[in-house]
Amino acid sequence: MSMVAEAPLKNAVPTDQELIDFVVREARLIDQQRFDEWLDLYADDAYYWMPLEWNQTDPRLTCSLMYEDKLLLSIRVERLKGARTFSQKPKSRCHHVLQTPQVDSRDAAANSYVTWTPMHYVETRLEEQTLYAAWATHHLSVENGKLKIKLKRVDLINCDAAFGNIQLFM
Amino acid sequence: MPRYAGDAAALRALVRDQEVHRDVYVSEEVFQLEMEHMFPNSWVYVGHDSQVPNAGDYYGTTIGTQPILLVRHTDGTVKVLHNRCPHKGTRITSETCGNTGKFFRCPYHAWSFKTDGSLLAIPLKKGYENTGFEQSHAATGMAPVRHVRNYRGFVFAKINDGGLDFEEFFGESLSSFDNMIDRSPVGQLKVAGGVLRYMHNCNWKMLVENQTDTCHPMVAHESSAGTVVEVWKKAPPGTKKPMAVEIIAPFMSPYEFFENMGIRIWDNGHGHTGVHHSIHSDYSAIPGYFEKMTAAYGEKRAKAILGENRHNTVYFPNIMIKGPIQLLRHFKPIAANKTLVESWTFQLVDAPDMLLERTLMYNRLINAPTSIVGHDDLEMYERAQEGLHSNANEWVNLQRLYSPDEAGQTNVAVNGTSEWPMRHQFRAWTKFMTMGM
Repeated sequence: MSMVAEAPLKNAVPTDQELIDFVVREARLIDQQRFDEWLDLYADDAYYWMPLEWNQTDPRLTCSLMYEDKLLLSIRVERLKGARTFSQKPKSRCHHVLQTPQVDSRDAAANSYVTWTPMHYVETRLEEQTLYAAWATHHLSVENGKLKIKLKRVDLINCDAAFGNIQLFM
Repeated sequence: MPRYAGDAAALRALVRDQEVHRDVYVSEEVFQLEMEHMFPNSWVYVGHDSQVPNAGDYYGTTIGTQPILLVRHTDGTVKVLHNRCPHKGTRITSETCGNTGKFFRCPYHAWSFKTDGSLLAIPLKKGYENTGFEQSHAATGMAPVRHVRNYRGFVFAKINDGGLDFEEFFGESLSSFDNMIDRSPVGQLKVAGGVLRYMHNCNWKMLVENQTDTCHPMVAHESSAGTVVEVWKKAPPGTKKPMAVEIIAPFMSPYEFFENMGIRIWDNGHGHTGVHHSIHSDYSAIPGYFEKMTAAYGEKRAKAILGENRHNTVYFPNIMIKGPIQLLRHFKPIAANKTLVESWTFQLVDAPDMLLERTLMYNRLINAPTSIVGHDDLEMYERAQEGLHSNANEWVNLQRLYSPDEAGQTNVAVNGTSEWPMRHQFRAWTKFMTMGM
């Protein structure tokens, strides 16, 4: 289960491989439930967005499954540790299978990099195991020599279906 | 072997003054009887007429477990039709909502129907000549639900002919709809923002009861709302309280807050929490909104409308509305142990967008399948659905603040932690379940 610590970027501008490694590492931190380290991957003004509608463009006046800033994400992480978090007794586990992330755009001048990653995500608790198919879009930038997530968008293939609990992070 | 079918006395025996038998939650037979009797005898919410603004627009939903359609007829009125072809039963519409033009056409054999359900045409019609077809069920087309009422945009339908008329069924409880609608400067709501759909492995009544259960938030939601309060304490002094904290933190209010908020009881299982105040009372003002309301209604009336802070209004059998934030939850029964919860949001026509933004934030933070508050609740419902299979005790206790003279009282305001609303819902349940039996 050991994973090497996050390596600093070799240069000011990340390579495609560094972007890919970052996205893969993010999923692994979730699967290994290292949520504090996971949260550190997010910039202070980051958002985690899971649209409710197919091809949704507006997170404000159209509802989403999640549209959370870092405060709300940190509340989720704290809640998962809580002694009276009954919906996590026993705890959920999750599992990502990623297709190799594709670098959709890189703009070093604007410090903006976008990757696109098709994935299968499994969440399980007690006897229930549910498979979700989604695309993750990461909007990344470099802060103090490290990549940070500015926006992670998760588009579920069945975003408008009726779901049971989704308790962890895709 | 059936234990309850056709036996009104056996069904009545499930509901006592202070407790109800577990079979109202776990028995598939009782569930089927609810679908056959209780739902068809009640005025059930269908949808909002802004979902079908133009002639030919339709929206497919259910009354109980029966598929129905809300449709805008060519004359501008809304109709409610059973969503099956009178020929072979095929569901007529392909999408949940859309526009069918001037008529519906069954995709199986091309029978077509006007938007009031009446039969328009059948291919090779001569094949039915001299068969007595005119006397068949099929000849009447897509059966309309005969009793439909559009109350200021909110459409309700009653499948059975018997029972109460609309005004008698709802009585004074419609004041909660009025207050929600009057919050628009032009007195009009519009469905907006999309619907959250959340599957629950529990009986639909557990959700209805929970809407007026004020002794659970500070316990079941300690994990979510309690964490919000703790995390927010660490924010640097002077930080502006975010909208999300304003929304979730009040769930941790102490018992006293909920005791004093009050509960009002109306006839036929309806009622609301938040007679005096609610968890929605202390939201920040939205710039420009009060001015618009004052311009529309005058200051006194505007203050009266916005001064109402009703928390949850339950309309028997299966919806709840939140007037102050324009939200409607629809608890759709699927099986004794399965319920689809749809959470709908409304835009106040001619009010600032920020109100809808807050409503949508509330909806996703509280009512989404990804909501930590939702996770807290569903865990409790599912544990109850499981625990009720214990034979040690076949009864669910609803005794809190019981008073022997409460049956028959209406439009009374009581202590906000009373389980009177739940007892009251079950009195209505018995009434509409056994009506005409």
